[in-house]
Amino acid sequence: LSTPQKHQRGNTMRSVSVDLNHDASLLIDIPDALCERDKVKFTVHTKTTLSSFQKPDFSVPRQHEDFIWLHDTLVETEDYAGLIIPPAPPKPDFESPREKMHKLGEGEATMTKEEYTKMKQELEAEYLAVFKKTVQVHEVFLQRLSSHPNLSKDRNFQIFLEYDQDLTVRRKNAKEMFGGFFKNMVKSADEVLISGIKEVDDFFEQEKTFLLDYYSKIKDSTAKAEKMTRSHKNIADDYIHISATLNSLSADDTTILFVSVQKVEGRVASDQELKLTELLRYYMRDIQAAKDLLYRRARALVDYENSNKALDKARLKSKDIPQAEEHQQQCLQKFDKLSESGKKELTSFKGRRVVAFRKNLIEMAELEIKHAKVSSTIQLTHFYTNEKWTL
Amino acid sequence: MATSSERSPPPFPDSEDQDVLDSEEVGGRDSDEDDGEDLFMSASNPLLTEMDTTLPPASQPSDVLMKPPSNIMDEPLIEPVSSQTENKPANKVVSEPSDDFVDLTNNVTDSPDEAVAAESAVADDAKDTTEIPLDEPSDEFEDIFGSENEALQEEVLVADVTVEAATDNRAVTSGAIEPPGDGKTGSDDEQEAKETATDPIIDLSYDLPASVAQQPPPARDKCFDPLVDLLSDAPPAADANVPSRATVDLFEDEGTDLFTEPRQTKSATQQQKSLFGEADEDLFGEPLGATSKKTISKEQKDKPVKTKAASHVSNIGGPLQDNSPAEPADIFTEEAVTTLPSITSTSTVNSKTNGVQSEEEADIFAKATVELSLDSPRGERRKDVKAKPSASALSQSAAASLAKPQSAALEELEEEEEEEQGDKFDIFVSVKDPEKIGDGMNAYMAYKLTTETQLAMFRNKTFTVRRRFSDFLGLYEKLSEKHGPNGFIVPPPPEKSILGMTKVKVGKEDSSSADFVERRRAALERYLQRVVNHPSLLQDPDVREFLEREELPRAVSTQALSGAGFLKMINKATDAVSKMTIKMNESDVWFEEKLQEVESADQQFRKLHALVESLVIHRKELSLNTASFAKSTAMLGSAEDNTALSRALSQLAEVEDKMEQLHQEQAANDTFNFAELIADYIRLLGAVRATFDHRMKAWQRWQDAQCALQKKRETEAKLLWANKPDKLQLAKEEIAEWEAKVTQYERDFDRVSATVRKEVVRFEKEKARNFKREIMNYLACLLQSQQQLIKYWEAFLPEAKAIA
Repeated sequence: LSTPQKHQRGNTMRSVSVDLNHDASLLIDIPDALCERDKVKFTVHTKTTLSSFQKPDFSVPRQHEDFIWLHDTLVETEDYAGLIIPPAPPKPDFESPREKMHKLGEGEATMTKEEYTKMKQELEAEYLAVFKKTVQVHEVFLQRLSSHPNLSKDRNFQIFLEYDQDLTVRRKNAKEMFGGFFKNMVKSADEVLISGIKEVDDFFEQEKTFLLDYYSKIKDSTAKAEKMTRSHKNIADDYIHISATLNSLSADDTTILFVSVQKVEGRVASDQELKLTELLRYYMRDIQAAKDLLYRRARALVDYENSNKALDKARLKSKDIPQAEEHQQQCLQKFDKLSESGKKELTSFKGRRVVAFRKNLIEMAELEIKHAKVSSTIQLTHFYTNEKWTL
Repeated sequence: MATSSERSPPPFPDSEDQDVLDSEEVGGRDSDEDDGEDLFMSASNPLLTEMDTTLPPASQPSDVLMKPPSNIMDEPLIEPVSSQTENKPANKVVSEPSDDFVDLTNNVTDSPDEAVAAESAVADDAKDTTEIPLDEPSDEFEDIFGSENEALQEEVLVADVTVEAATDNRAVTSGAIEPPGDGKTGSDDEQEAKETATDPIIDLSYDLPASVAQQPPPARDKCFDPLVDLLSDAPPAADANVPSRATVDLFEDEGTDLFTEPRQTKSATQQQKSLFGEADEDLFGEPLGATSKKTISKEQKDKPVKTKAASHVSNIGGPLQDNSPAEPADIFTEEAVTTLPSITSTSTVNSKTNGVQSEEEADIFAKATVELSLDSPRGERRKDVKAKPSASALSQSAAASLAKPQSAALEELEEEEEEEQGDKFDIFVSVKDPEKIGDGMNAYMAYKLTTETQLAMFRNKTFTVRRRFSDFLGLYEKLSEKHGPNGFIVPPPPEKSILGMTKVKVGKEDSSSADFVERRRAALERYLQRVVNHPSLLQDPDVREFLEREELPRAVSTQALSGAGFLKMINKATDAVSKMTIKMNESDVWFEEKLQEVESADQQFRKLHALVESLVIHRKELSLNTASFAKSTAMLGSAEDNTALSRALSQLAEVEDKMEQLHQEQAANDTFNFAELIADYIRLLGAVRATFDHRMKAWQRWQDAQCALQKKRETEAKLLWANKPDKLQLAKEEIAEWEAKVTQYERDFDRVSATVRKEVVRFEKEKARNFKREIMNYLACLLQSQQQLIKYWEAFLPEAKAIA
């Protein structure tokens, strides 16, 4: 696994967790990626008709850190405070298949050669799936940016897409890491503090309670779904071992059965993973982003109220009234702007979520049916051949 | 594996396999029974008449046959050393029967190794006394007594090649049975017989090797003559001359066989010498050294069949003759060793027929066995008379099947045999209604045992008794004590589980204890069914008692922690130690290979069991996780503000709930259809290994006896040298005693070896069939759950589509 691997994206089933109303003016995809140890190099391919780009068709190499950089700059841009910034793709995690591979290598002696090969194949498939998923979330991130009316015009985004050299984004140093951590602390503390603020808008009040509730639920569901798919995978693995052992017991015709059962179980597990768990996981992050928006709005509200208080104070003291007034006006403006765009964003988020759920649930049901039918036919044919044998 | 599994009964997904078996077996058995009864009637009636009319000859054979063992062993042992040249022919005559005996056992035991063809032969040897074999005796007697026989078609079908030979065979066989008895009528005549025998043999043994093909016809003629003579004037003791000729002929016949074949490969003189000089060793060496012998015996069997039709006759004559001296002897040894001759003797010879016999037959048999156990000579005689034809029938079937050249026909034969095996035991035992009796730590589980049977040996067709778990263990203890040392695979019951039982005793009504009880109930049922499916074990009075008797004496010594249990543990420890100390130089490759096979299978099964257990655990985990996901999805659905999506999510939750149910069922399916079966086989493989151990013990006993004999001989030599005639006599007596013991133990060992082989072959067949059936069951369950799954998801699909 440590060797560099290049993966061409074929016609794989993709979990498009977001429904993107593509306008043809800016199309982005990641046709392939290269895995080198910990680093994954994505090839970001852009096709555009926009005049802001120099060429209509180009590709650039990007790394995961570049994506994070893009996300962070977007979050930090004041203008986008009223938008749900698409959640940053999670860090490529090849640890679990790698660890499994390691374990497999250790246990090689206890397994038959066939068993080992099969397990290895299975792990490689798993690894590949993780890889594909990683590529996909990165792609989805860019696609969501490109389909957003405001974010697609972001300068940094365009640089990210166009600049054909390494971005050489400076990796976060320890201080910054700590700073980020500290900022998070402050943010959560602040969240608690401002949660006491009386909401002026019913819509946001409702939205807040809904998102908080929904977030905890979906988080739970995600964890449960992950567990479920994992145990499903365990079962598929068990079947590998069982069929291998049966094979060494030379119960040949049964081995075929178990191999097929294993394959189906394995596919059910990976499709569930793709369709259900990924969906839930993505929306968990998306809701987090929506919550961040709410936080920024609440923050603005608090700021506005504070500025109101400051203005009152200034008036009382008859000192620095114009500055205070100006500040209060600014805060109000910002808050209003945030509320307005926030409302729009949240409504569109809702629609997006429903559509994505619908799509994924249908696909999942169809896949489940397909797999069950496939395994039924396998078993039936097996059954009939056996039946014939006995006769 | 494929060929055997081909013929297992086809279980159907929906029907319970008992039903399937039931109907099938009833169907199969009916025809079987008809055959068997007919055959048996015709076969046995003549026997009875013969017994009545020719009682004197019948009694004499038994006497004589009692003697040969010692005679045979005595003479070759002592004399060859001193006087080789002079006594050669005489020795040969004497040693040959014993050689034959070995040959027979080889026939019986070697064959499993020799591809499919021979396998069927073995199985036939072992169990098929009904179909083909039974024709033979009846045929035989048809000639003589004119009793009708309808089942000849069968014979024609099987022995297509040997149609011509078959008639000869019959003559030879019939001759073969009688002459040994007649030829040695009375030990007084024996010497005479031998003397007469010497002349022709000297001639022939030099002539024959050169012309094998020409020899049989005269032999046949000769055989015919004495036969007619013998049976027309019933008391054969009178004309010892004629029968002696017959023996000469027969031995001659076989002499060609035994000697010519080896001669083709080895130098003639050497072979001769080895036969004489090591009469003792050679005999024993053969069953052990199956490989070396196997090729030869194979040659013997195959070559004539393929190349010379004429020598065919002589060849078949060989193994046939074997039986008459060997089988009776076998019966006697068995009788001598076991306390219950009725079971062992019937099982070895008539295992099959006994199950299917008509009632009349059973009665006769029962009488005979009762008498046997009383050691009445009359009983022995009867036994002998009975045993002989069946023995010859046995060999006949072996010969017939060997004679078949087409493998297809052989397969057919095997198929027949297999079907019989599956069908012949029309008995079903069910263990039901586990019930807790008593309270606290004294509580125990009682099970209702219902037996359904068509067998005449039981008084009723259905009967029910209540048994507790320790009774099952007690039954096993009894059976393994009785049959284990004889090389039978005694099916082991499920182990005692203190933990599981304590839970049940404490009375926790949780699912795990219910699961435990159900697992155990099913295991007990399978255990009992295995016991009654075993042809020999079914005959055991303890088994019958266990199934039939209202009240059983409480089984002691089954407690794991009792004093008896402790004793058992000590015994086991000593056993283990002796096992380690016994270094058996295994010369039979078959056993060596099988033992290795069994051991590796044991390992694989253990691994498989662990895997299936982990599969069950994972499945249960999945079921749990699915349940919690379903709950979580339901919550998510309630939190969702889009009504359609909320509905879909709660629908999804429902689907997942059902899936959880499916997973749970599948886990149970994994457990009961798969894990339990594997656990059973781990236990059974332990039993198989135990039979190998018993064989080793028999071998050890024999070796010890031989060592003792050697020592006695040395003392004798010393005494002879020291010239102490008074003590010499004592020493001689001791030697005789030990020689008898060595012979005895050697036979025991051979018998155990043969049984183990038979049992292992049977076990393997059963295993294949069993696994097939269970896998099919498993498949059916899996299929069902997949169908269910499709239904659930298909119901969900419109809901998902309805999300707007």
